[in-house]
Amino acid sequence: MTNYIDEFRDKVVMQKIVERLCTYSGRNIKIMEVCGTHTMAISRLGLRSLLPKSIELLSGPGCPVCVTPTSYIDSATELADNKDIIVTTFGDMMRIPGNESTLLYKKAKGCNVQMVYSPLNAVDLARENPNKEVVFLSVGFETTTPVIALSVYKAKSEGIKNYSVLTANKTMPEAIKTLAGDEELAIDGFIYPGHVCAIIGTDFFSYLSYNMEKAGVVAGFEPLDILYSINTLVKNITEDNYILENMYSRIVKKEGNIKAQQKVFEIFEPNDAVWRGIGMIPNSGMGLRDEYEKFDAAKKFNIKLKVSPEPKGCLCGEVLKGKKRPSDCKLFKTRCTPENPVGACMVSSEGTCAAYYKYGDGQIS
Amino acid sequence: MENIITLAHGSGGSATLRLIDQVFKKHFNNDILSMGDDCARLNIGNAKNIVFTTDSFVVTPIFFKGGNIGKLAVCGTVNDIATSGATPLYLSCGFIIEEGFSIDELEEIVESMSNTARECGVQIVTGDTKVVQKGAADKIFINTSGIGIVPDGINISGRNAKVGDKIIISGTIGDHGSCILLERENMGLQAKIKSDCAPLSSLVQDMLKITSEIHVLRDPTRGGVATTLNEIAAQSKVTILIHEDKLPVKLEVQGVCELLGMDPLYMANEGKLLCFVPAEKADVILNTIRGNKYGENAQIIGEVVKAGEPKVLLHALSGGIRIINLLAGDQLPRIC
Repeated sequence: MTNYIDEFRDKVVMQKIVERLCTYSGRNIKIMEVCGTHTMAISRLGLRSLLPKSIELLSGPGCPVCVTPTSYIDSATELADNKDIIVTTFGDMMRIPGNESTLLYKKAKGCNVQMVYSPLNAVDLARENPNKEVVFLSVGFETTTPVIALSVYKAKSEGIKNYSVLTANKTMPEAIKTLAGDEELAIDGFIYPGHVCAIIGTDFFSYLSYNMEKAGVVAGFEPLDILYSINTLVKNITEDNYILENMYSRIVKKEGNIKAQQKVFEIFEPNDAVWRGIGMIPNSGMGLRDEYEKFDAAKKFNIKLKVSPEPKGCLCGEVLKGKKRPSDCKLFKTRCTPENPVGACMVSSEGTCAAYYKYGDGQIS
Repeated sequence: MENIITLAHGSGGSATLRLIDQVFKKHFNNDILSMGDDCARLNIGNAKNIVFTTDSFVVTPIFFKGGNIGKLAVCGTVNDIATSGATPLYLSCGFIIEEGFSIDELEEIVESMSNTARECGVQIVTGDTKVVQKGAADKIFINTSGIGIVPDGINISGRNAKVGDKIIISGTIGDHGSCILLERENMGLQAKIKSDCAPLSSLVQDMLKITSEIHVLRDPTRGGVATTLNEIAAQSKVTILIHEDKLPVKLEVQGVCELLGMDPLYMANEGKLLCFVPAEKADVILNTIRGNKYGENAQIIGEVVKAGEPKVLLHALSGGIRIINLLAGDQLPRIC
């Protein structure tokens, strides 16, 4: 019986594909993966150390925590200072540095900050603590937004009034389109995020492939998913085949997950969003619709997101766009380490700098 | 920001090591402490080769599949002594108990400690009990300290890894860490995973009967195999290479880790040991370990490849090489 793990980790098949990729003798090509989980998986596989130098793998802004502006963390830590508020968050956000503090520090000082595995746990907390306000830090891409939408829906239908979300949700398509159009970056092809596509389907990326003449693959996360996808992408790039191929069809359908899309549409609407290091990208964020404003922590607690400059020397912005590697940043591994991160790319578990720090940059013999 | 202790300091990764260096070693430093092994080796008068160790146990939940905090407290200290090559002899145990804790549960824990101690032939010879107000402790904390004697001719230390040594793990990795994670967090996942909590003194004795040429022994507890290998690489100043296809991982543990985005290499083990042995002894040691009930799934997982630079590398399934680094804090589950 297939368990969808062993078959996709067949060492013999993996090594055959790697051998084939190593025979590539065409022009230099640049492939960008735009999902933090892909960045981590490629690093874990040790792929960069195997591929020929002419196939360059770049990491894009696929880490939802990394692209959240510093001022969002400042707002979160301010909320934590309020004794009547329980701040709930995915674990990743705990160590992200704001301008003054981190949530982990606030927790250690006695503020009520709790790590949750799901926003539905945060709704449970709100139910169990009627005298406190529970705020969930709503950060994520299309994969995560549906369950956050569900949490707001649940809270409303149960009449829970002490639950709200501080939104910094983002969507991938416009950001990827911006990167695809960047002539300096000159990306030849994209590895599209498998789980985002599982939710939103593949139409947008098909359109992008055809109209912007960039080959693309929707890839899963097992070693063979990634290797097959890179192999297919290299072939399509060299043949000028500007199409999208769905290589994660066991999970991703052309139309995506309709139920999830409907739930998100019910609760959220698109807005313009600031991506840390990139700037404002129109229609790339998600905010709560007016009828759900009672669950909007920014309105409830009168929070205005400020623009804050990047820390001096921090190259997170360039790294997120794939224009620089972590090793190009003077702070990488010197002042900026996982224990003392200067930028979010280092401390988030999906961050490019964290992947390079943890797994190396592929220059190992 | 003020310089304060955070949860990252308790996870056994780089934050913990820095705290030990910058605070504890700074003030406590002496030749014995700076050896860096799990046990201190002491000579007292005519008694040579005494080893002494201590450990505290704060696990939540206190009862879990495969054991409880008491069994863990005995195994943890017995295993630290055993992996120094010594026969564990005597333990102390100190209890810090929260007001309101059930005496029936306390007795269940204590009985479990007694059974485990009897299995390893150690005696609990001294102890202490403190009770604190509600909220000042999380139900029950236990500290155990222990002593043992290392036989003559046995020199096992994290500093002794040599180029060419083969590295053996005595069984599947990540069982305890996954078990605790599932039981502590209400994630709605069901899996047949139980803690591997077990005393390893008999296993070590079996190994020492075969050869005295065991260079390094350590139990990969908090922080997992990855953290322990990094500690040994740093102590011995060597580069270690591990082969991903040789790592024994239970299917259920792999499944849970995949779902949550965790890596079994960093998950705690409480009934496993890592050993570094000369290549020519590796097969016979492997078979000896497999002959013990706690070592059925033992595997040779790697080797020491170079001296000089402390590094731990993984030969991945793809054929590529990448680093196995220390974590800064706890592993965190995936967001998307």
